[in-house]
Amino acid sequence: MNRRYFLSVIAAIPFAISSASLVAQDTSITVASTTSTEQSGLFGHILPLFKKASGIDVKVVALGTGQALDVGRRGDADVVFVHDQAAEEKFVADGFGVKRIAVMYNDFVLIGPSDDPAKAAGRDVVAGLKAVYNGKSAFVSRSDKSGTHAAELRYWKQASLDPASEKASWYRETGSGMGPALNTAAAMNAYILADRGTWLAFKNRQSLKVVVEGDTKLFNQYGVMLVNPAKHAHVKKDAGQKFIDWLVSVDGQAAIASYKIGGEHLFFPNAAK
Amino acid sequence: MIAEAASQALSLIVSFDANVMAVVALSLQVSGLATLIGAMIALPLAAWVAQTRSRVREPIVVLLNASMGLPPVIVGLVVYLLLSRTGPMGSLGWLFTPSGMTFAQVILITPIVAALARQVLEDADQEYGDLFRSLALSRWQSLCALLYETRFSLLVLLLAGFGRAIAEVGAVMMVGGNIAGHTRVMTTAIALETSKGELALALALGLILIAIVLAINVFAHFAKLYLRRRYA
Repeated sequence: MNRRYFLSVIAAIPFAISSASLVAQDTSITVASTTSTEQSGLFGHILPLFKKASGIDVKVVALGTGQALDVGRRGDADVVFVHDQAAEEKFVADGFGVKRIAVMYNDFVLIGPSDDPAKAAGRDVVAGLKAVYNGKSAFVSRSDKSGTHAAELRYWKQASLDPASEKASWYRETGSGMGPALNTAAAMNAYILADRGTWLAFKNRQSLKVVVEGDTKLFNQYGVMLVNPAKHAHVKKDAGQKFIDWLVSVDGQAAIASYKIGGEHLFFPNAAK
Repeated sequence: MIAEAASQALSLIVSFDANVMAVVALSLQVSGLATLIGAMIALPLAAWVAQTRSRVREPIVVLLNASMGLPPVIVGLVVYLLLSRTGPMGSLGWLFTPSGMTFAQVILITPIVAALARQVLEDADQEYGDLFRSLALSRWQSLCALLYETRFSLLVLLLAGFGRAIAEVGAVMMVGGNIAGHTRVMTTAIALETSKGELALALALGLILIAIVLAINVFAHFAKLYLRRRYA
């Protein structure tokens, strides 16, 4: 066989594959979001509704908030949908996002062993964490720069405690997503801060239960941003903007509100009208 | 747990669950293609290294052998940075696509196939080299003859490469992003179900993955037996 011909055929294979996927990308956008929205099943519920309304396919890459913002910063996603207000505002201020738009909220819950050895139960998350600290009970921290991790550090700060830099032996830094961290906490029978959505959808609870909930400090706001097309020219700004507009529209907000697990609402729409 | 997983695996297979089938198909597509492309790079490279008397031969042999131990997560990270829009290959738009995942797996398995094939071909060259030279075959002809003589051993190497590809999770997770219906493969689906605490479902998917790899090896084995009987 003609060698040059043979080699050129081999070289062409990957390009043939990629051009096939380029065609498919015309009506699709990539959204970098958090494990809490994906693993709780919210996207599985609302994305088919958006697809029906717009014909646009949404491809969700579920990461921690820190990593999701990094993906946006590099221009590898069209839209970023996360929950860490301070980090999101910095993302926009640095010019990587066009505008931060509030979409919905849920809340964090402090999870712990059902016998609550640290006596952390109550309605005040800061008091709960203080009890965990004083009782030296095992506590699992995400430690992955996710939105939940940022919230946990905020609560420790409000309690004027810093187990992370004390390297306390009961404070276990797993560096993993919400689900894996919950698996770890279930195995260790440890306390952990979780978002309610992932907790409700989580199946391997063993003897864990909700210890603290309902504190207004536990409020967890989600924001959405279009990655700045001025920084990354390939961003699909029209389709991305359509997705953002839909999320905050009456239909989108109703879709979010209608998602329940076991009769419980997971996310509460609160886009500004 | 195992009994529950086994029955769940069985019902997923019997009911021909559309989601599971799509994930299985993508796993086979990405890893199969990666093995094919990897082999096309690795076998000529191995044949060349096995016969060459070039000064760079020994460093290449050591390098190939060492890169059999490339950690998938490092390959994933490097390919992620290469394919990222701000990276050198960003304009291809391959990040979070099956093409990018295939690319990462080619990098993972090419050294394995090349390193093992180099040894196989070198051993064969010791055996047949004098014969080929006495027949006055050209270098290109004797390379082809070597590849032909060792075809059954090389098939096992391809299975090893394919096994590595279809079983790894680190690279496809980073480069593919585990996007539902688009870049989700068996291993990333298993990781996802585990993180949702759906341990029985994760184990069920694991059983299906193992069954597929087993089936492919059974097929390859009988194909080999048939070809050997027919042509050897």
